Amino acid sequence: MIISIASGKGGTGKTLVATSLALSLRDDYKVQLLDCDVEEPNDHVFLRPEITGTEAVATPVPRVDEEKCTYCGECARVCAFNAIAVVGNNVLTFPQLCHGCGACAYLCPEKAISEEDRETGVAEWGHSNGLAFAHGKLTVGEAMAPPVIRKVKEHANNEGIVIVDVPPGTSCPVVEALRGSDFCILVTEPTPFGLNDLTLAVETVRELDIPCGVVLNRTGVGDSGVEEYCRQKRIPVLLTIPLDTEIARLYSRGITMVDGMPQWKSRFFRLYDKVSDIVDERSRGPER
Amino acid sequence: MMKEVVVLSGKGGTGKTTIVGSLAALAERKVLADCDVDAADLHLLLSPLEKEKNEFWCGQVAHIDADKCNECAVCQELCRFGAINNFRVDAVSCEGCGFCSRICPAEAITMRDNMAGYWFISDTRYGPLVHARLGIAQENSGKLVAEVRRRARQIAEEQGLDYIISDGPPGIGCPVISSLSGAALALLVTEPSLAGLHDLGRVLGLCHHFGIPAMVCINKYDLNEENTREIECECAGQGVAVVGRVPFDNVVTESIVQGVPLVEYSDGSITREIQRMWHTLSTA
Repeated sequence: MIISIASGKGGTGKTLVATSLALSLRDDYKVQLLDCDVEEPNDHVFLRPEITGTEAVATPVPRVDEEKCTYCGECARVCAFNAIAVVGNNVLTFPQLCHGCGACAYLCPEKAISEEDRETGVAEWGHSNGLAFAHGKLTVGEAMAPPVIRKVKEHANNEGIVIVDVPPGTSCPVVEALRGSDFCILVTEPTPFGLNDLTLAVETVRELDIPCGVVLNRTGVGDSGVEEYCRQKRIPVLLTIPLDTEIARLYSRGITMVDGMPQWKSRFFRLYDKVSDIVDERSRGPER
Repeated sequence: MMKEVVVLSGKGGTGKTTIVGSLAALAERKVLADCDVDAADLHLLLSPLEKEKNEFWCGQVAHIDADKCNECAVCQELCRFGAINNFRVDAVSCEGCGFCSRICPAEAITMRDNMAGYWFISDTRYGPLVHARLGIAQENSGKLVAEVRRRARQIAEEQGLDYIISDGPPGIGCPVISSLSGAALALLVTEPSLAGLHDLGRVLGLCHHFGIPAMVCINKYDLNEENTREIECECAGQGVAVVGRVPFDNVVTESIVQGVPLVEYSDGSITREIQRMWHTLSTA
């Protein structure tokens, strides 16, 4: 089963939930944690995994053989991303704009374009105290996170429980990370910011037809807007975590919640049980 | 001369929008830009009155005409994004490269323009605000950010304003690069956690990569003063000024619930610290 942890808004506690959920389950299940927030991966700060393998993430970009090139300009016409231009007797390529679709190489009438790999990040995997782990790092200065996320997900186990830490937002990196999930836990906080971004995140998971539930973090301050919204939309609130400076202090030192406050382990375990029930019910459900 | 200050953080949820909301109330003669087009929140603090709503058309999506398609599957084999399955296009996966439309032997594939979201110009009592909403599960967030910044610059020039103050997205990828490139100054809001420190390092690297001067604000600095000192050391080593140390205070959440900028909600030490920070920034 693949459970993703997402949020819309950043800094609501995705990493806290992902790491503590994974650690709470590892004694009873085979568990893997995939950190797909490749722009700012943080799970490793808490788990300090032993890395046993790495693989560069490469995007294919065009390389022009000027001996064969007749400067006809077809490559520039077919490129939707302005990543290749022909100016007089010069072909200019802009690798950072290239999406690697391969159209220019395939459609060049002179077969003058080949593709070469350009490194945009790295995927790493290993383990931490009986937990399988993988994450990706987008190279600083690179724009496109999805290929790095795809590479991390290639390392997903086919069995047991896979927990995916999703980047914040609602755009392509989020979709890439969420795709294929059986359930999505949306972590939010009880403020107008948390509510606004939760509604966007709910729209995103519904677009992808993934069932979801909410973990409400830092309760005790803020307002009741998120709870009212969840009631209205019939989204289950699976767990609430109070605002507690002790939790924040543990977090700041890179200590997971269940390591610092072991009494929470059973609550994260119950969170998993609730998710598992919803997924089971849905698979038996009337639609399919 | 007009100066563009973009507020970034790397890690999400460190307080970018709270700081930008306060700078909106403190700075004079400015236009505000919300460059977090995925999950924009700044409008929740500024009570904007919408003046203009514009569609944002960007990119294309492939469409297969089922009547013409002879199911040869060439498109499925060549699409590198796995966007065509069973002779249907998955619009979410399609990157709009148009490769399929060019190689389809039956000429059954056309590219259709894609409406990727909206951008708005609003009035607030703090000045004009340019903001946007990217469509759900859309690409092109970087291009929408570029549009928001272009409009903000245009307003600043027309009205002869001194500042553009932008609320940036989290991360270091496409929309962040689009928010940052060519700005006069990046204010990086961080928190004294190991995760915050790690992420600050990456966003500082990004500023360095693009040659944008950076300054740092440590939010909730008193949650872990040891980490705060480490951030200060790290910044000193890189010649980056720490211009603000904002204490942890529940009054921040209260101000968000009330929907007003923090410096207007509270007259405590937290407000004085942000005032001092703006003074440093504006005279830098």
